[in-house]
Amino acid sequence: MSGSLNTLRPDLAAIARHVARRTRVLDIGCGEGELMAVLEGEKQCDARGLELDPALVARCVGRGLSVVQGDANTDLSDYHDKAFDYTILSQTLQTATRPDLMLDELLRVGTRAFVSFPNFAHWRTRTALMLGGRMPVTRALPVTWYETQNIHHVTVDDFRELARAKGAKIERTWFFANERAIGPVGANWRAEFAVFQLSR
Amino acid sequence: MNAAPASKSYALPAPLPLDSGQALEGARIAYETYGELAEDRSNAVLICHALTGDQYVASNHPITGKPGWWERMVGPGKPIDTDRFHVICANVIGSCMGSSGPASEASDGAPYAMRFPVITIRDMVRGLVALLDGLGIEQLHTVVGGSMGGMQALSLAANWPSRAARVLVIASTARHSAQNIAFHEVGRQAIMADPAWADGDYYASGSSPDNGLAVARMAAHITYLSEEGLTAKFGRRLQDRDAKSFGFDADFQVESYLRYQGSGFTQRFDANSYLYITRAMDYFDIAEEHGGKLADAFAGTSARFCIVSFDTDWLYPTSESRHVVHALNAAGAKVSFVELSAPNGHDSFLLPHEELDRVVKAFVE
Repeated sequence: MSGSLNTLRPDLAAIARHVARRTRVLDIGCGEGELMAVLEGEKQCDARGLELDPALVARCVGRGLSVVQGDANTDLSDYHDKAFDYTILSQTLQTATRPDLMLDELLRVGTRAFVSFPNFAHWRTRTALMLGGRMPVTRALPVTWYETQNIHHVTVDDFRELARAKGAKIERTWFFANERAIGPVGANWRAEFAVFQLSR
Repeated sequence: MNAAPASKSYALPAPLPLDSGQALEGARIAYETYGELAEDRSNAVLICHALTGDQYVASNHPITGKPGWWERMVGPGKPIDTDRFHVICANVIGSCMGSSGPASEASDGAPYAMRFPVITIRDMVRGLVALLDGLGIEQLHTVVGGSMGGMQALSLAANWPSRAARVLVIASTARHSAQNIAFHEVGRQAIMADPAWADGDYYASGSSPDNGLAVARMAAHITYLSEEGLTAKFGRRLQDRDAKSFGFDADFQVESYLRYQGSGFTQRFDANSYLYITRAMDYFDIAEEHGGKLADAFAGTSARFCIVSFDTDWLYPTSESRHVVHALNAAGAKVSFVELSAPNGHDSFLLPHEELDRVVKAFVE
């Protein structure tokens, strides 16, 4: 069962399009392995995954993917420096115990890193907080504050600042709203999701 | 007592070279098969058994009459589906269910007893490879094993990398730890302290070191369970009585259970085989065989690996499985790993577990 680029979530599709063929990729928080399946099927990549949930690992194994169950907060230290051409962290950064240290690990293990995350500064989130006075529950952040796994909400501008502080070079960015790509102008207001391609 | 038909038996055409430098002459390997072998011989699955297991993975045991030890996993429509796969399960050398072991006759017509050469896990696997040669199976679709069976699967992958396309290792390790060796030594000393052991020469005496073997089994059995599992199953409940006896009967259910496990085991297992096989497990360290670095053992492998551990297994804990996974990753091997949650410790791999079924089925598909 291999996936198709056209059915991927927009942030994953953007990443898939920009991964070079026949490269080594580590997908951190790979879920059911949709992105890995596309990278192996359409880009002939050697894709490896790291996933916390054993049920999702089992599903990946069923797709013929190589996925190790583990915690991205601790287990990235098991991988050698530059063991991969790309490390990918999609919609997981905001769940990390220390997003700053995780970014360091992404750039240590991979030559390049893709990071995607929901933008907490999207106008919908801002409006909900400002007018409602409550932690936002929106399309992009659908879970209540006490149940959400997102313990470190981040905005586009915050992430740019983190990348700068970490000496990471931002090579490319993509922004999405309403499941469609949008331009970079005013992204910190307009983007529901962001994808950064980084190197160091 | 022997209701089931005897296993098939393969006579090795040449002496089997052993890690000790010796060779085993005239060795035989008893095995069972299930399901049809495809014409292109591409659907063979080898299942490697654990310390006290045998070839009866999915058929009734000829001595106990009990169902096969992994019948819930192997059979028509089961996760290892015998409608699709040709499943082979062989008794390891050193054991006592038809393959050459200390109870087998040596060339002088008497049982080997302690004259049987000390063997290793790699020697067991060398025997299995000889069997595969005899069966004309160049490459296995999958080699599968739990516990000591997993050690054999890893040993096959490390030493005969072309012989298996997929390697599934459950609740196992790439080396025996000091704690593992220590528990085995308790068992061996229990057997050897039994006067009926008679330096291993008990076969003609009409008695056997059943007391020692039972104690060995009781000690080992504790290591296969978890504290949580024992507490849930027995707690401090008393056995068939309302009050403590102020004596040394099996007052507690857990004592009664262990005594039952111990004595039942002596009906079907040879004490000397227990010594030899535990020794083989204690000697097991794949890294040591490959210059001290586990990753080097798997360099250049093209097999796909799946490693499974259980969170309550303290005999071969998850950390040992992760050690194997790191080495496989470092070797560039395609490896998946999952730690499953189960209450029953090491034995979990033999017990019903839907998630395990799903992983096994998915991996061999």
